[in-house]
Amino acid sequence: MPETSRRGLLFGTAAVSAGAFLTACTSNEPKEAAAAPDSRPAADDKPGKPVTIGFAGPQADHGWLNAINVQAKARAEKYSEVTLETTEGSNDTAAQIGQVKTLINKKVDVLVVLPADGKALTQVGLEAMKAGIPVVNLDRVFASPQAYRCWVGGDNYGMGLNAGHYIGEQLKGKASAKVVELAGIDNLELTKQRSQGFADALKNYSNIELVARQAADFTVESGQAKMAQLLQAQKQFDALWNHDDDQGVGALRAIQQAGRDEFIMVGGAGAKSAMDAIKAGNSVLKATVLYPPTMAASAIDLARALGQGKGVSGLSEMEIPTSLTLYSAVVTEENIDQYLPTGFS
Amino acid sequence: MTQPAPSAQHHGPEQGTVTGPAAAPPSKQGGGLRALGLRADVRNLSLLGVLAVLVAVGGLTEPDAFLDTGNLQLILTQSSVIGVVTVGVTLVIIGGGIDLSVGAMVALASVWATTLATQDFGFAGILFTAVVVGLAAGLVNGVLIAYGRLVPFIATLAMLASARGLALQITDGKTQIVTVRSVLDLGLPDAYVLGIPPLVLVFAAVTVAGWLILNRTTFGRRTVAIGGNAEAARLAGIDVRRQRLYLYLLSGLCCGIAAFMLVILSGSGQNTNGNLYELDAIAAAIIGGTLLSGGRGTIVGSVLGVLIFTTITNIFALNNLQSDVQQIAKGAIIVAAVLVQHRTLRGGET
Repeated sequence: MPETSRRGLLFGTAAVSAGAFLTACTSNEPKEAAAAPDSRPAADDKPGKPVTIGFAGPQADHGWLNAINVQAKARAEKYSEVTLETTEGSNDTAAQIGQVKTLINKKVDVLVVLPADGKALTQVGLEAMKAGIPVVNLDRVFASPQAYRCWVGGDNYGMGLNAGHYIGEQLKGKASAKVVELAGIDNLELTKQRSQGFADALKNYSNIELVARQAADFTVESGQAKMAQLLQAQKQFDALWNHDDDQGVGALRAIQQAGRDEFIMVGGAGAKSAMDAIKAGNSVLKATVLYPPTMAASAIDLARALGQGKGVSGLSEMEIPTSLTLYSAVVTEENIDQYLPTGFS
Repeated sequence: MTQPAPSAQHHGPEQGTVTGPAAAPPSKQGGGLRALGLRADVRNLSLLGVLAVLVAVGGLTEPDAFLDTGNLQLILTQSSVIGVVTVGVTLVIIGGGIDLSVGAMVALASVWATTLATQDFGFAGILFTAVVVGLAAGLVNGVLIAYGRLVPFIATLAMLASARGLALQITDGKTQIVTVRSVLDLGLPDAYVLGIPPLVLVFAAVTVAGWLILNRTTFGRRTVAIGGNAEAARLAGIDVRRQRLYLYLLSGLCCGIAAFMLVILSGSGQNTNGNLYELDAIAAAIIGGTLLSGGRGTIVGSVLGVLIFTTITNIFALNNLQSDVQQIAKGAIIVAAVLVQHRTLRGGET
């Protein structure tokens, strides 16, 4: 087809230059390098006996999970005697079981496991413990306490509780105040726990009524959609609790689109974008309740102590506790500078 | 709306040599083109009926929140992104294919269009990237299916997996916030034209374009022809493979446009964008009367299908129903809507 060659050439060139442009557009590197995320000194910096820690987490397809991986790696690098063996994150239970088994075969000294599904990974946790490798179970708990030496994780019920109490205090003295809840994925147990905690806290304040609750699914898109509908349904309310800062990006967008600002908003989890908004103080977002990803750094600390046969400093126990539930602090304008470095994006 | 009256549809089941899917229901003797057109009308009328019932329910249960301009704008805006995707999917299905990768293509295009590097190029860079990434993904689908002879289900399933994977790789699981003012402003009330949000205007434009392509062009007739009976279409001199390639390109283009709209709507790009769009779009098309095996369907029906879904979700949210009840009721309403349609259709035939 000789006649079409000019057209072909034209399209060809256009396609190649479009391709070149797009290839250049996959970068997400900020122009200036960001500051190191963690500037706190490690608890006991003196290097001890060398420890190899195996770390298996899920696929980092969500800001919080990504922060978990970053925290774990950054913490391990602080200790010169700690070697971190990480697996490629996976949401597939079978794949993750295989990865943990590989770590067991490599005879790592301690395992840190954040399971894609806690119950499904119980068996491999038991296997590691039987092989004499202590397991630090991160956040999503195994079905049997025999499968881990120590569990460290967040407090979903406490998140709801603290959000509820913060809102209750803010609305004190306001007669018949209305509160709205934008929940996370409804078929997760953690969402039920957060909502339960929130409802229980609000019961302490007789002037407050929870007038509406809708569940989004932790995505920006769903946050925007559900919030837009909540705003349409409730023409006026006093406070909003959003379970998750990622979907909060969408919720804030919907609030901006509806031009509403008569209420205060409290977020959840502790994303950097939310913390920036709290610091700037120019939106309805006034606070966020943490579900701290720093738990991964703490898990590395615990694993190192376990590997070296030490206890944790600051407690008079000889041994590491079997379970450690983290506090869900409320981050507001007053304490934002303290927490800003832990915000994840 | 009138159904296109393609001659190719008559290469349907009665001809005996058919190996592909049936082009039309068996009881179409004697009806001819008029009956076909009539049937599409009746079908769309019954969809309008369903919509009217929903509006009545919404108006009765939540008169203050449901019946105002703000809510109409909300329903139309929330229909717009998935609506544009559905127009593309409808064309693919009428052409005898299926596209399972639409949600993933929207995710990939929206993520690629909102990287810091793309945002440096401003409005044009974001728009260009979203559209071209959609087109490129559609091109890969089309080439694999038309020339690589892969089954559409498999090829687009593979695209679903890899596009989601690539989107995850680009974002690293992070939410990419858009800071380009001109893009963000398009999603705010100040940008509304005579009270109509720009996203809704785009949705309307894509709908009209889809309708014109299907009903007023040779391209549309060819699409119906290859969907009804690809072999007959090939014997009639249609380049079936090229037609298929174009259809997947169109679907990719729609996803690119939808991705740009989603960026405007949510002010961000995230690898989880477009979650389960493939199911929503296919469901809307089926409810709208598009035959899953190809050869028959209307753009208007699909758009009504989308509006029905969005209105249902809206009424549920306004009534503060929780997810469990919502999902149960949604399933029941889908079955009811299809049953009502079949009833009306049978009534219209006899």
